Amino acid sequence: MITGASRGLGEALAVELGRQGARLVLVSRRRAALEPVVRRIRTAGGEAHALEADLGVKDDIYPLAGAAAALVGPIDLLIHNASDLGPTPLRLLLDTECEDLERVLAVNLVGPFRLSRAIAGSMALRERGTIVHVSSDASVNAYAHWGAYSVSKAALDHLSRIWATELAERGVCSFSIDPGEMDTAMHRAAIPGADPSTLAPPEQVATRIAALIRSSVLPNGRRVDLNSIGAGI
Amino acid sequence: MNPATAPRSRSEQERLLVIDPGADAFADFAIPDLPEFLEPGDALVLNDAATLPASLRVGEDLELRLMSRLDEGSWLALSLGRGDYRVPTEERGVPPALAVGAELAFGHGLNARVRAVDPLSPRLLYIEFAQTDGELWQALYRAARPIQYAYLRAPLALWDVQNAYAARPWAVELPSAGKPLRFESLFRIAARGVRLAHLTHEAGLSSTGDAVLDARLPLAERYEISAEAAARVSVAKAQGGRVIAVGTSVTRALEAASMSGTLRAGVRRTDLRLGRSSVLRVCDGLLTGIHEPETSHFALLEAFASRTLLERAFRHAERAGYVQHEFGDSCLILRGSLAARAAATSGTRPLEWRQTG
Repeated sequence: MITGASRGLGEALAVELGRQGARLVLVSRRRAALEPVVRRIRTAGGEAHALEADLGVKDDIYPLAGAAAALVGPIDLLIHNASDLGPTPLRLLLDTECEDLERVLAVNLVGPFRLSRAIAGSMALRERGTIVHVSSDASVNAYAHWGAYSVSKAALDHLSRIWATELAERGVCSFSIDPGEMDTAMHRAAIPGADPSTLAPPEQVATRIAALIRSSVLPNGRRVDLNSIGAGI
Repeated sequence: MNPATAPRSRSEQERLLVIDPGADAFADFAIPDLPEFLEPGDALVLNDAATLPASLRVGEDLELRLMSRLDEGSWLALSLGRGDYRVPTEERGVPPALAVGAELAFGHGLNARVRAVDPLSPRLLYIEFAQTDGELWQALYRAARPIQYAYLRAPLALWDVQNAYAARPWAVELPSAGKPLRFESLFRIAARGVRLAHLTHEAGLSSTGDAVLDARLPLAERYEISAEAAARVSVAKAQGGRVIAVGTSVTRALEAASMSGTLRAGVRRTDLRLGRSSVLRVCDGLLTGIHEPETSHFALLEAFASRTLLERAFRHAERAGYVQHEFGDSCLILRGSLAARAAATSGTRPLEWRQTG
């Protein structure tokens, strides 16, 4: 299952994992936005299903987990990729509305917790499963203007570590990945003036993440900075 | 006996009545004590079915309850008449008769057609949804609610009816024996060297509101046992471990799948009924709710322990304030359980139960 799969890194991961034979459930707030991705994967001979859910909404989580397992069976790989930047242009903490911080935390932190909670119990029983949290360098660096998003990603990294500690003995692996700066709509919304030629294409990043997920020794409990590990992965 | 009127979130408050048919005795414990009754090499078998929202409405006069999935979009369903969940099913109105071909609109873009009516009752319908794939499941989860119970204080949300380890939504009602099992207990059980195994069983309706139909329950129910689970249970058994089923659904699936003498993996249906004359081939123990005499669940318990012991235990539970039904207290029936515990905790002291039968 990949959340936030209608565009950017989520879309690229879906296409790459679909190409490698994964049976996929793709999640986005708008089903229509997922349909072209699903069609593309199916046309290439893969299996993908579209489910609409807002990860910031509690009532959406169990329907999503249930429908996903009905479509492809128990989930073995859960990629928390969906993110909310908060209002753009990004703003100083002193200018951030409390409600905006709450919404960012709901989508980027509480949503992934709820969804993992609905899915990881089955992984722990079956003694297999991988949970990937897509993070950001904003989780470790205190950039002005990135407050709400940064806080949510720092907490997400730690959530990932605690899942890893609690579930390692049951064969479930959890880690977070900082994919680096990519040429995506989200990056354009956050930093409108960035030069796209300095940004990695999400397809290239997705290929490396897919290789990492398939590697024999997973970085359980770690925060992987994709830019600091060799280009071989 | 009183029902539990709401889901509970603290397992230390959930009681466990342990019945030892070998010692002809029972005693009071709490759910966190459960791991101590299991031994290294035992297998604890869970039903990992998630609970569907299985109740669909068509206006005021008709509720359809999904009973069993037949293939992709086809289901066996039960119709109920006027009345909401506060009205016990047997007091609900007579549902409108539906003919083959009747179109049903449930809202949220979910539609179905009646494909056939079962000869057993005009209330048993074979329906086929118009939607498929993600569209079907998405619409079903939006249009349907979990089946509700008249004795509960408030309506159940979907998360109230999920076991902690649930995966595929096969169950139309909560496989409630597993509800008290939180991971704190399950990890302790696994750490004791107990093998955790799971199967998936659709845990059909517990009540139809129609005495003739109720007498026929359970109708044939679908279950799946993976090769891995079959091997895990068979190895436990072969090495002298005991197999403890969590719930009557798991018991029926394991016993039905081993009628030939060996436990077979695969997807099948069974309407196997177990009772006092049944010979259990796989299950040595059962973790279940507190069931009243004269119910079909109680009859199944008689495959594990004598009726007189079960009745004594039930009367004790009633007096001691145990609560029953979906979110109620639990009962472990396991031969040797109390004797082993007494030996482990009391040294050479004579057996002494906190409460004996």
